[in-house]
Amino acid sequence: MTGLLRLSTAGSVDDGKSTLIGRLLYDSKGAYEDQLASISKDGEIDLSRLTDGLRAEREQGITIDVAYRYFATPRRKFIIADTPGHVQYTRNMATGASTADLAIILIDARHGVLPQSRRHAFIASLLGIRRLVVAINKMDLVGYSEARFDEIRRDFSAFARQLHVASPYFIPISALNGDNVVSLSGNTPWFQGQHLLEHLETVPSAVVHEEAPMRFPVQMVLRPNLDFRGYAGQVASGVVHVGDTVMALPAGRTSRVKRIATFDGDLEQAAAPSSVTILLEDEIDISRGDMLVPVLQAPHISRRVDAMVVWMNARPLEAERTYLLKHTTQTVRATVNRLKYRVNIETLEHEQAAGLELNEIGAVALETHRPLFFDSYADNRITGSFILIDPATNETIAAGMIKGRGDAPPAELRELVFKSERVTPAERFSRFGHGPAVVDVPTEDTAYALERELFERGCLVGVVTGEPDALLELGAIVICVKAGAESVSVADLERRGIVRVVQDPFTGGGGI
Amino acid sequence: MNLLTHLRALEAESLHIIREVVAEFSNPVMLYSIGKDSSVLVRLAQKAFHPGPIPFPLLHIDTTYKFGEMIEFRDRFVKEIGAKLIVHTNRQAIADGASPFKLGTSNCCGLLKTRALLDALAEGGYDAAFGGARRDEEKSRAKERIYSFRDSLGQWDPKNQRPELWNIFNGRIHKGENIRVFPLSNWTELDVWQYIEAENIPIVPLYYAKEREMLVRGNQLLPVEHGLPLAPGERVQPVMSRMRSLGCTYCTGAIRSEADTVVKIIDEMKLVRRSERENRVIDHDQEGSMELKKREGYF
Repeated sequence: MTGLLRLSTAGSVDDGKSTLIGRLLYDSKGAYEDQLASISKDGEIDLSRLTDGLRAEREQGITIDVAYRYFATPRRKFIIADTPGHVQYTRNMATGASTADLAIILIDARHGVLPQSRRHAFIASLLGIRRLVVAINKMDLVGYSEARFDEIRRDFSAFARQLHVASPYFIPISALNGDNVVSLSGNTPWFQGQHLLEHLETVPSAVVHEEAPMRFPVQMVLRPNLDFRGYAGQVASGVVHVGDTVMALPAGRTSRVKRIATFDGDLEQAAAPSSVTILLEDEIDISRGDMLVPVLQAPHISRRVDAMVVWMNARPLEAERTYLLKHTTQTVRATVNRLKYRVNIETLEHEQAAGLELNEIGAVALETHRPLFFDSYADNRITGSFILIDPATNETIAAGMIKGRGDAPPAELRELVFKSERVTPAERFSRFGHGPAVVDVPTEDTAYALERELFERGCLVGVVTGEPDALLELGAIVICVKAGAESVSVADLERRGIVRVVQDPFTGGGGI
Repeated sequence: MNLLTHLRALEAESLHIIREVVAEFSNPVMLYSIGKDSSVLVRLAQKAFHPGPIPFPLLHIDTTYKFGEMIEFRDRFVKEIGAKLIVHTNRQAIADGASPFKLGTSNCCGLLKTRALLDALAEGGYDAAFGGARRDEEKSRAKERIYSFRDSLGQWDPKNQRPELWNIFNGRIHKGENIRVFPLSNWTELDVWQYIEAENIPIVPLYYAKEREMLVRGNQLLPVEHGLPLAPGERVQPVMSRMRSLGCTYCTGAIRSEADTVVKIIDEMKLVRRSERENRVIDHDQEGSMELKKREGYF
C-alpha cells in the first residue's frame, strides 16, 4: 500500500531550496525531459528553475507564492508545499505548513542557524508539524566538515527544545551536487544516517487522526427521496461504526448510526479522512455546520475560545472588531475581545501590542455568536483550526489555531467554567450512569415526570428553557419542552445508549 | 487500522471540496471537456451526492474543432449517467470564420475557448465552476488555489490570491464575482490513470493506441481532421499512436505508443519522460502562455 506524505519547505533565495526541490524532482523522475530542456543552458541544467512558476517570479528572480509539487517513488507519494523565503514569509509558510506532516528546514552550512531558520521552525511547530528535517546544505563549500555539521546541529537543537516537536532529523547535503539527497555520499563517510529521500520514504506520516475521538462535521443533508435522509461529510478524526451512539451538536440529541452510505456500497465503518454519508436511526433535526460526535468523547462546546492567530492581511487586527469565522463547516460571526500578546518570532518572547500587522502572530480571546464545538489544535488539526474572513472584502485575513476554552465573564451563569478539566466524560458516565443528552418532550407534565424518574435513579438531570450548552459539558441530561415532540421514556434513553441499562437481579433483563 | 491508500485520500479530499461548493454556492456548474480528467471529475460528483443525482449541470465549451470521437463519447456518456449537459459555442466567431489556420492558435483559443467560456458562465449566472485542472500540469497551475477567485470580468490575479489553509475554503464572493474550483488540484497524471483503472471509468477511445492517419511534421504527430492544410511535400501516413491529452484536433498532437489498455497506459506513464501538455500547441505559443490565458479567464 503506497502512502502519501505531505511536506513543506521554506527558504530564502540563496539557501538552495529551489535546487533541492529540483534535485528531488529530477532524481525521482518527477521532472520531464522537455521541462529540463527549457531550463538548460549550454548543456547545464539549472535545477533551481524547475520550480519557477509565474512570469513576475522569473522577471524578479524571486518566489511570490506557495507552489505545490508532486513526485512519487515506488514506496510513497509526496506533495511538497514549496513556500518562498522572503515575500510574505509568515503568511505563505503558515499556508504551506497547514497541510504538511513534515517540514524540511534548509540551513546554509556557511551561515549556520539564522533568524529565518528559527522563524521557519517556530511556524512549523505552531501549525502542528511534529517532524522536522534539518537539511544542512552546501556542505561542499565547508569541505564536508563534520565539526561544522555538529556545531550547527547543537545550535539548532538548543532552539528546537523550546518548540513542541520531536527531535529534528539532521542531514548534511549538497543539493547542487546531490550529496545525501537520494543516495549516501562518499564525501561524508562520517554520516551514518539515512539520506534525505530514504528518510522521507520511511518516516511515519505524523498526522493520523484515526486514534483521536470521532468527529464528523456535517457538510450537507442529502435527501434524494423520502426514504433517504443522510448527512454528508468527511470524517475529520477517529472511526465511526454502524451501531455507534452519536450525539449531534449543538442540539445534543443522540441516536445510533444506522448506515454509512457510499457510491460503492454501504460500509461497516469509516475512518478519517473518508468522505461518506451517515444515516441515523432516529429523525433528528441536523443541518450543515452541526457535528456528530461520540457521547462519551464530546469536544468542547463554547462561545469563547483562546487561539493563536497568524495575521494575513494588510489591514491590521483590531480588538473589538467583528469578523466572520469559518470553523469546520460552520461560519459564525466572531469578535476579538482581546489581543493577549504578540509573539516575537525571532525570540519567541511575548510582547504587549495594540494590534497585529500583516505577518504577525499573536494570542487572542475570541467570542463567537453561536457556540463552536472544538478540540484544541494540538489534539485535532481539523476541529482545532479556523480562518477569519473580513465581512466587507471577503478576504481571508487570519488563520487560527485553538488553544482551548476562553475565560468566561463571572456574571454569566451559563458560561460558568467548571474547574473540572481533568474529569473525563467516561468518568462522568461511570459516576452518573448516563451520558449528556438533550431530550425533547411534548409537555411540561411529561418533562417533570421524566425528570423525577431520572432523578430518583441518581441522574444529573434538569428541565431548562434556555440554551443547554454548559449543562451538556457537565454531562447532564437536559429536558426541553417542545410542542410536537414525541414522548420519551427512560427505556427509550437506554435503547439510545444515553442511560446505562441496570440489570434486573431477578430476570437478568433491563429495567429500573 | 485501515489507512487509506493515497487514491482514497485524494478521493476523500475531492468529495469534500465538491460538497463544500454545493453547500455554499447557489448556482454551480461543472466544466466538462470530455477528457480523462473530466471523466474522473464526473465520477467524483456522482460519488459526492449518491444516491442522489449530480445537483448541477455539466457545461461543454465546444470549439467545433474537437475530435468526432469526443463528441460521440460525450453524448453517450452524459446520457448513461443521466446528467444534464449544456453545450456552448461562440457562434458569432465561428460565423466570422474563426479557425486556428486563419487566426493563429492564440487568437483562436481566445475567441473559441476563453470568450465562449466567459459568455457561457455569464449567461448561466453561475457563481462557481468546477474544472479538472491539476497543479502538476503546468507551472502557473502549481500556484493556483483549489478555490480560484475570479473578478467580475473572470480574471485571475496570481499575485493576490486568498491564503488557503487546511481544508477550510473561503467561498464568500460579491455579486458578479465567481470562483473556479479545482477538486483534482492535488492529483497527478498517474493518479488519474490509476483511479480510472481502479474505478473502471469510461474514457474516450482516442487515449488507446491504434493505427491512425497522422501527419508527421518534425517530431509532432498531427491528427488529420477539420481540413488541416498540408505543406508541399507533406503526406499523411498510418502511425501506431494515441492521445495523451485531448483538446482541439489541430492543437493536440499524438504520441507514438502501443498502449491499448489502461494498464498498459499506466506502465507507459511510469516510463514516460516527456510532460503531458508538451503536445498542446497552445501552451507553447509564447513564454508563460498558460498564465496569460488564465489571467484572461481561461481555465
